[in-house]
Amino acid sequence: MENAIEKHTIAVLVDNEPGVLARVIGLFSGRGYNIESLTVAEVNNADHLSRITLVTSGTRMIIEQIKAQLSRLVPVHRVHDLTDEGPAVERELALVKVAGTGDKRIEALRLADIFKAKVVDATLTSFVFELTGTTEQVDDFVGLMTQLGLVEASRTGVVAMSKGPAAF
Amino acid sequence: MSEQKLTGAQIVIKALKDQGVDIIFGYPGGAVLPIYDALFQQNDLKHVLVRHEQAAVHAAEGYARSTGKVGCVLVTSGPGATNAVTGLLDALCDSIPLVCLSGQVPTHLIGNDAFQEADTTGITRPCTKHNYLVKDVDNLARTLHEAFYVARSGRPGPVLVDIPKDVQFADGTYVPPAEVKHKTYRPQVKPEIARIEEAIELIANAKRPVFYTGGGVINAGPFAAKLLTQFVKTTGFPITSTLMGLGAFPASESQWLGMLGMHGTYEANLAMYECDVMINIGARFDDRVTGKLSAFSPGSKKIHVDIDPSSINKNVAVDIPIVGDCGAVLEDMLRIWKARAKSPDKAALKEWWGKIEGWRARNCLNYNRTESVIKPQYALERLREALRGKDHYITTEVGQHQMWAAQFLPFDQPNRWMTSGGLGTMGYGLPAAIGAQLAHPDAIVVDVSGEASFLMNMQEIGTAVQYRAPVKIFILNNQYMGMVRQWQELLHGSRYSQSYSEALPDFVKLAESWGCVGLRATTVAEVDQVIEKMLAVTDRPCIIDIAVDPKENCFPMIPGGKAHNEILFGPDDSPSDATPEDGMVLV
Repeated sequence: MENAIEKHTIAVLVDNEPGVLARVIGLFSGRGYNIESLTVAEVNNADHLSRITLVTSGTRMIIEQIKAQLSRLVPVHRVHDLTDEGPAVERELALVKVAGTGDKRIEALRLADIFKAKVVDATLTSFVFELTGTTEQVDDFVGLMTQLGLVEASRTGVVAMSKGPAAF
Repeated sequence: MSEQKLTGAQIVIKALKDQGVDIIFGYPGGAVLPIYDALFQQNDLKHVLVRHEQAAVHAAEGYARSTGKVGCVLVTSGPGATNAVTGLLDALCDSIPLVCLSGQVPTHLIGNDAFQEADTTGITRPCTKHNYLVKDVDNLARTLHEAFYVARSGRPGPVLVDIPKDVQFADGTYVPPAEVKHKTYRPQVKPEIARIEEAIELIANAKRPVFYTGGGVINAGPFAAKLLTQFVKTTGFPITSTLMGLGAFPASESQWLGMLGMHGTYEANLAMYECDVMINIGARFDDRVTGKLSAFSPGSKKIHVDIDPSSINKNVAVDIPIVGDCGAVLEDMLRIWKARAKSPDKAALKEWWGKIEGWRARNCLNYNRTESVIKPQYALERLREALRGKDHYITTEVGQHQMWAAQFLPFDQPNRWMTSGGLGTMGYGLPAAIGAQLAHPDAIVVDVSGEASFLMNMQEIGTAVQYRAPVKIFILNNQYMGMVRQWQELLHGSRYSQSYSEALPDFVKLAESWGCVGLRATTVAEVDQVIEKMLAVTDRPCIIDIAVDPKENCFPMIPGGKAHNEILFGPDDSPSDATPEDGMVLV
């Protein structure tokens, strides 16, 4: 068995019922699996379905276990490994607050423009930027802002979808 | 026509009846009083009052395992539910179908730290296959039917339904089981035929094959056990089984190698170690079975049949995984074997059996037969002889006596053997025996017990007396938590830390205080006498206190972290180099 650690993005379609998120998270904590990020929201109001996107890492054997364990939870409809079944697009949204004046403030605004971040709040001494991009792009932007007066960052974690016409 | 309105409590009773429940094990309390009131007003559903909620769940397990039906439990909120937790996890670990109903504080008080409130669905989430909190009486019937469906389908397991008290009082609409279909849960029962064909090729060309079967065959029903027996006899291959799988293949057949694993037989473990094709049907490569994973059956191709896809490649990577019900898989295997006119490699098989017979000749279950003290193995051999030809069921507690029972009592039929395998719950055997006895009133039910395990749920004698369940509690009393002492002897320099059973009661007087029969054997000659007297008691429970050798250990044994070919046979084998450092941490 391959022992290299792989990072996988997994999409899970579940019944939006009380406790379903606790079941998924409890499975990860109880069995000692990693969660690097997790997002969840209802995606089908009529059928009360929620979509969970989670990024996890482990050996190939662990990744296969994670998918099998998720699949056997009773309220789980489908489990897709977007990393295996690729290609897929992955995006994160981040809100990044930066405080400062003078050159640093101007530089922050200039970089925001390069990253196509939007200003969603401005005061004389601060900005809140809204940025959408890959995890790496958000990492880069936050890294740059650290040097320009980063106050705090809030990130959604990854949402992902397979490319092409096929539905999940 | 307007639909008939029932109260939530009446809906519960009606749903249970429609699901074929005839006995429910439970204990009343404030949050389930409406259901107990509805129970009082009917006669079809029998309620068995236990003395502790944990025992209600174990009794339901004994009932379920001896009948193949879903066991049913009713407990109150808070402590009622938390007491049931150990039983629920026990059923989850051993894949036993149960539905546990728990009362809950009224919906408007949930989250307010009300009296006897517990977050029951939160607490039991990792201890059940699935659970529900029903907040609307109109969802109650549907939820109950779903619970039974989930409990018995696929890999069976316990399902809990938490019912707030106001929902039990409220009027709602009943829906019958036929109108309820689960939205998502459809476990794969039928296997992929291509995989079966691959497996058949591998089986037909095997030189040193072994069947390794488990509880999955028992859970698939007596028909699956029959198919297994047929297939094993057709191939002429040797077969071993896990603790959970005993009885699926008749132990009286010559192809039976005995149980495998930590306290399995020499021939079973060496056959697993040296085989070239392993046919795992309904077992899960548990650590008690595999021992050291890196040295587990190193030279074999492995076929793994399991209804739970998450069991496949979890501990051991296999060559041919087959997801499906053991019965359905065996049916297809037999059909394709016959259709393709397959036959085993007779010459290779003869050589393989020659090797196995050599291991068998080692007579690994032999023990020091003596007249001076009752050996626990001897007591079980005498029990075996006394039960031969009689309709009987065996339950056990957990420890040395459990392993000896698995080694020395033969099972020729499925559903006759009930033991806490996965969780290893001391105190399981007595309530499980009561559940089995109530399901089979005319059969002999024996709880093979140790004195320490018996004390864990001995209050259930009261239950057995109340319902005239003539269970036999066969205590192999060595005055120690024997398995703990054995490990302390082997691994911790014989420092018997807290493993001595101090301040034991007089079990004969204890039995008499409940109006039961109490018997004691202290000499070898008395063993047969007490067994004979015990079997003559048919109207009340019987406690048999057998004073066995306190120093006897359970062999063979593969110490933690060791491989199948590194077996200790008896007290003369050196334990000092038996367990490697990394094996010490294993339980």
